[in-house]
Amino acid sequence: MNNYELMVIFTPVLSDDEFKAEQKKYAALVKNNGGEIVAENPWGLKSLAYPVQKKTTGLYWVLEFTAPSDFNEKLKIQLLRDESVLRHLCTKLDKYAVEYNAKKRSGVTTGTEKAVEA
Amino acid sequence: MAKNEIKYLTAIRSDKRVKKFCRFKKYGIHYIDYKDVEFLKKFLNDQGKLLPRRLTGNSLKYQRKVSDAVKKARQMALLPYVTDLLK
Repeated sequence: MNNYELMVIFTPVLSDDEFKAEQKKYAALVKNNGGEIVAENPWGLKSLAYPVQKKTTGLYWVLEFTAPSDFNEKLKIQLLRDESVLRHLCTKLDKYAVEYNAKKRSGVTTGTEKAVEA
Repeated sequence: MAKNEIKYLTAIRSDKRVKKFCRFKKYGIHYIDYKDVEFLKKFLNDQGKLLPRRLTGNSLKYQRKVSDAVKKARQMALLPYVTDLLK
């Protein structure tokens, strides 16, 4: 059971409830493949730094979950097959990353504030 | 009397160059989040290109982590690959 973080950009064409439906679909995919969701954070509509597939905005969604290692392949197939997904990025979280995310969610100041002025 | 009136052609550069340090080692940061765009922008020049270590002062280990995070942010359209405006 490794910790993963999945970030997905959906097409801005999706309406709000379709966006929620997509989130539920992938969340359910994680659950019934033996995974468990740690945190879910929809950023919503955000402008992209450069046009992707002729679109300049996208619906961002970040999901942090733990899953068995063979789940990645299934997730990738689903994401590639889904047209409403512009881009996706799944990263493995090491223990520092998990601690960072937990701190960021709970509002405790992470170390980066001190480093910003450096 | 004459000694302290020596006029140098060029002013003596007396500003001591401040010693660069690796902010990650100093402040004990281990994970660089690719989603934290404002923080990553500190390591990019105004064209969006990665600054070299001699300017950022990072140690090799953390410079690589920064470059990985920036490349992930670029992939997810959080940071542009190339831009000309001052970010």
